[in-house]
Formats: sequence, C-alpha cells, structure tokens
Amino acid sequence: MFTVLSKEHFSEKVVKLVVEAPRIAKARRPGHFVIVRVGDGGERIPLTIADADIQAGTITLVVQDVGVSTHKICALNPGECFTDVVGPLGQATHIERFGTVVCCGGGVGVAPLLPIIKAMKEAGNRVITVLAARTRDLIILENEVRPYSDEVIIMTDDGSYGRKGLVTDGVESVINREHVDMAVTIGPAIMMKFVSLLTARYNVPTMCSLNTIMVDGTGMCGACRVTVDGHTRFVCIDGPEFDAHKVDFDEMMLRLRY
Amino acid sequence: MNTENSTSGISSCRQAPWREELRKSMTARERNSIPRVKMPELDPAYRVTCNEEVNQGLSAEQALIEAKRCLDCPDPQCVTGCPVSIDIPSFIKNIERGEFLEAASVLKRTSALPAVCGRVCPQERQCESRCIYNKMKKQPVAIGYLERFAADNERQQPAPEADAPAIQRNGIKVAVAGSGPAGLSFAGDMIKRGFDVTVFEALHEIGGVLKYGIPEFRLPNTIVDHEIAALKRLGVKFERDCIIGKTISYESLMDNGFKGLFVASGAGLPRFMGIPGENLPGIMSSNEYLTRINLMGAGRPGHDTPVMKGARVAIIGGGNTAMDSVRTARRMGAEKAFVIYRRSEDEMPARKEEIKHAREEGVEFLTLHNPVEYLADEKGRVRAMMVQRMELGEPDESGRRSPVPVPGAVEEIPVDLVIVSIGVSPNPIIPSSIKGLEVSRRGTIVVNDATMQSSIPTLYAGGDIVRGGATVILAMGDGRHAAAAMAEKLLS
Repeated sequence: MFTVLSKEHFSEKVVKLVVEAPRIAKARRPGHFVIVRVGDGGERIPLTIADADIQAGTITLVVQDVGVSTHKICALNPGECFTDVVGPLGQATHIERFGTVVCCGGGVGVAPLLPIIKAMKEAGNRVITVLAARTRDLIILENEVRPYSDEVIIMTDDGSYGRKGLVTDGVESVINREHVDMAVTIGPAIMMKFVSLLTARYNVPTMCSLNTIMVDGTGMCGACRVTVDGHTRFVCIDGPEFDAHKVDFDEMMLRLRY
Repeated sequence: MNTENSTSGISSCRQAPWREELRKSMTARERNSIPRVKMPELDPAYRVTCNEEVNQGLSAEQALIEAKRCLDCPDPQCVTGCPVSIDIPSFIKNIERGEFLEAASVLKRTSALPAVCGRVCPQERQCESRCIYNKMKKQPVAIGYLERFAADNERQQPAPEADAPAIQRNGIKVAVAGSGPAGLSFAGDMIKRGFDVTVFEALHEIGGVLKYGIPEFRLPNTIVDHEIAALKRLGVKFERDCIIGKTISYESLMDNGFKGLFVASGAGLPRFMGIPGENLPGIMSSNEYLTRINLMGAGRPGHDTPVMKGARVAIIGGGNTAMDSVRTARRMGAEKAFVIYRRSEDEMPARKEEIKHAREEGVEFLTLHNPVEYLADEKGRVRAMMVQRMELGEPDESGRRSPVPVPGAVEEIPVDLVIVSIGVSPNPIIPSSIKGLEVSRRGTIVVNDATMQSSIPTLYAGGDIVRGGATVILAMGDGRHAAAAMAEKLLS
C-alpha cells in the first residue's frame, strides 16, 4: 500500500511523487489534502494533493525538502512505501464560473494550485496563472499549468526567467490591465499575506489555501487553528481554503515558527 | 458466547450452593471489619521520571482479602451503579473462592474491556458509590481494583483459544467507524454473533482515545493491544488510515456489501475559550498535547514529532483529561505544573484518584480561577496569563454551584506552556458527510436510546459522537447495545 510509483526531481530540493492510493484518488477533489507518515517513528504531516488518476489509482504529491519529515519523504524511491497516507481531507475548493480568475502560486504552492487551475478552466473561467519563485530552477509545473491557462506569467526574484519581480507585481499588472473577478493564491504564508493585501486594495475577492501544522488532520488536535474574520477556525476541517482577506496571516506565521 | 445481561442470572448465581456456603463462611461483622485494600503504587518521586503505570495492581492475596469484604447483598446496589450492569457480586465471590478465571468470564459477559474499565472507570461515582458500606460509614468494596485484578490475571494466563468454540459465521458484513472503546466493544459482540466485521480507523493506530488520549502511566498500551489482538484472533478485520465519509463514502460501503455501519468516531473537536491571546504559540489543546506524546511518541528517541516543553505549565480544566495532561507535563520535565479550574475542587469532574495522584506528583491546584487573557513575550510566545478569581454562586443546570467572577480580582501568572482541557465537541466529519443523517444542534448523531439506531435504518452510533463526551464504560455499553439491536435486525 501507498507505494511510490514514480519520482521526478523538479529541483534539488523539490520532488514530485506519484503514489498508489486508489481510494483517495477516487474520492479527492481539488483543494483536498492528505496526511502522510514515513517510518514507525515518523511525524504526521499534511500535503495538498497536486493531481490524481482514478484509472491508475494514484495521487501526485509535490514535496519540498525543508525538514526531518519532508527529507524522509523526498528520499523515498520508486518501489518504496509511505507508512501511512490518509485522506482526502479538508473541504474541496469552491469552483464556479466567476469570469476571469488569477491563480498565483509561489514555490511548491504551485502544486496544490494545479488542480484548482484545471477545475477553474473546466468551469469556463478565463484563467491567468502567475508562477513565482526566487530563481529559474525553482519554477515548477509550468508545462502542466499551460494547457489550462489562458496566459501564464512567470515572475522570478532575480529575473533569471520571465519577469523580474515578486508575485504581487505580476498579479497587479493583470489587475491594472483588465477586470479580475477572483484571485486564488497558494504559497508561503508571507506571499499569501501580500497577495491578499494587494487584492484587498483592488476589491478582488481572494481565496487562499493554508498549510499549517497539523497532527491528526481530522479536527482532533487544533494545532492548525487560525483566526479568520475574528473567529478561530481549524484548517483541517473548515479549510484549508479561506477568504484571504479575512485570514490573520501574522498570527498564522507566528504559529508556524514554533 | 453469552452476551445476555440479565438480572435473573445474578439471583440464580447467588443461590448456587458454593456461594451460599461462601456467605456462611464468615459473618458480616468479620467481613466489614476488614479494612479496604490499598492499591500498591509507584513512589511519586520515581514515577514522575518515567511513564510506568502508577497503580501496580493487587496481589492475589490482597484480592482474596478484599473480595471477602463484599457482603454479597441480596439486592446488590453496586450493579445499579454500573452503566452496563456488571454482575459485580458474582465476579467478586468468584475471586473470593479462588476461581479467578471464572470471575473474569463473569466480567466479560457484560464488559468487553474489563482490564481497561478496572483502570479508568470513575468507580467512586458509579458502582462503589452504591456499595452498602457507604451507608455503614465505611469505605466501599474496591470493586474497580478487583475488576482489574480479575482481568489482569486472565490476561497473564496462556491464551486458551484452542478450546474456544468455533463461531458459526453468517457471512453478513458490518462496518465500524472508529476503534475506540465503543467501536471495539461493538466489533467484539458482532464477531461473536457470527458477523463479518471490519473496523475502519482514521489514525495509523488502533485503539482510539485509549491510545492517543489516556497516558501510558494510567493505561499501558499493552493492555489495549491485548484486547485488539484477541479481536483479531476472533476474525475482526482492522483497516487503518481510512475515514468513513472521506476515504470511502457511506454509499460505497453499502455498495460493497456492508449491511450495517456503527459510527463510533468519538469526540473530535477540542474546545477553546475564545479569550484574547488563546492562539499564541505555547497554548494548545489537551488533545494536541496528549496525541503528540502518547500517539506520536514526542520526546522519545526515534520519534520525529516534536512537542513544546515548559517550565511553568498551566492546565485549564478539571476533568480526567486535564489530570492526564498535567501529570504528563510533570513527566515531560515541568518544574511547576498547575491546574486552573473555575469551580472548587468538589465540583471537579476528574476521578478522585487522578486528583490524588496528581497532587502526590507535585501538581498544584488553583481552583476558583478562570483565565481571561494570555500575554506574549517579545518573540510572540505565551509568557503569562491573566486569571480572574471566582466564587460559587447559585446552582446551574448541571446542579453544581456556578462560578461567578469576583469584581476586580484579576492577577497575572507567569506561564510558558498552557494546555486547554475544557472539553470537546463531536467530530463533524461523519455527521456532515452522510446525507439524511439527523444531527443535534450540538453536532451529535441522534439515535434511539435503546437501540442506538440513527435516522438512517442501517446506521447505528454510540460513544462520544452520540453523547458528546462520556466515559469509556458508557461508550462500551453503547457498542454492546448497538450490536444487540443491529444483530437482531439483520438476522430477522
């Protein structure tokens, strides 16, 4: 069970794993996540599902090696297994025909954005995708998002690929150019915070997907709690997606540090 | 197999010649002059350095003497104090005559997990509170200790499954959501009735709250694992990492030939107070704290899951989970660990034994205080809490005197870790994912009290998902009642 069927390195620290998980593949919708564990003493960590293939019975996960647990995951080779994969968890993305939707992702946040881009396109939206990273090597899934995007804007901090600048520069250029009905942002908390501040200024409704710390992922522990619109919400069961303009990103970033 | 739970069994047993003889072997005065046994315990100074079980269990000699204290009353009130009506005098008299295995089998007729209940039941509020000795101003018979003794003794015997009668299988598939006390007792009863039982568990470990919640020093995992292994030997199948309502839908369970589902998904959502600063780093639910340590092994070598440590740890709440958390904090190295509770100690819902053990372990109690705000240090982590002094006012709907703030009596207490243990709400995953399932305003599944059947005829439910927060024994009783009702329906 939960065998890694294929592995692809997007960069030195970012890998894409295709994992056998037929029930999850069948049940998942865009926006859902799984909790995974590697090894008997392994930690339970949440990962958003990047893609799924019901026929093949697989789900796709994109993981960045940033700590003990993600390092163990990134070290898995085809034929090896996750100890546990449970899901799909969380609420599925609310997809409808909004009109023009800007989907912006930073770093590995592009992975969970991919199924949303696909679904938004399939729902008849005009989809403009903004991919951002520090440098060229860290831009991932460009080829995968292209078929579902009316336009793809690449932003790099160092200008090594696409335009030089931050993700917010890319998003703002679109907003200044045409009417945008909806924005979706997934990436590091600091990025989502600034995208949210930007779109709030232009009154563009914005949805974000939060990747907080979780233990069980089923509502039991409350480690993932965030303040949304002044109320404490649990990312695992109320989210992971929320109205970005109502999320207290500063509190969330503080909680992520511990 | 004997799953009946009849009071006629009690009286017939009581008239058995061996028992009449046993009653005559000592006078009531001789019996009631024996002092209540003391549970052998690990030394507090030692036990806070480890996770070993605090209560060491009675020796056979101790159990034989304690069993003599029971007067074998003609109308035993202890039985009425037990939520599942265990035939208490019958198991105790079997201990007295030295038939320890028979004592265990009397327990197993009614309780699926006697070794667990002997350890975690609040006996002083249940069976022992009704013991005739209370009326005589004497300490009640130590029913809980004796229950544990009988169950532990049986567990230490070589497994006698070779001569267990083969169960006639009926081929009917039933599913259970959740492997805590309610789910395990349901599974045990259904497999003994010949059903094909699969238990689906969301976590990577079987046992539910018995594993993630109750700490090792109160309920060792080997006890729970023994019960699970016994169920596996009987043919119960367990599937971990599978959430009914998420991984597989209720509809697809039914499409896959399951004829019934028992939902025992437990109390999921930890409650918070909603006061300023409660989401600061350094403040967490008891569920999170205990799950990290008990289930994930935080703090033990070879386990990746971290847990925050504190030198001054405050636990908010007065229940058993609060006691488990505060005693765990001491074991994790807290110099000062204290319980903050808004009522007085008399109103504390925790078992008396847990409060006593906590106090012996150096835990302090700040009763009649309630947190009103948390303050952060310059790095954003909790550094102090503001607490409001309370006094007891008029009784509230629970019958307990309600706490009322004393105007102006607010003080600051330095803390570096806070565990909020003020209760849980039902896990919303199943109630929200099954169409047509009647759910109460509190989020619990609505069932028929006797049969545990929900608004969906093939779906039964029990334990905390129905009660919103109850005891192991009540959850277990629900499992048994649901099994009896579902079996009758499916076999008719």
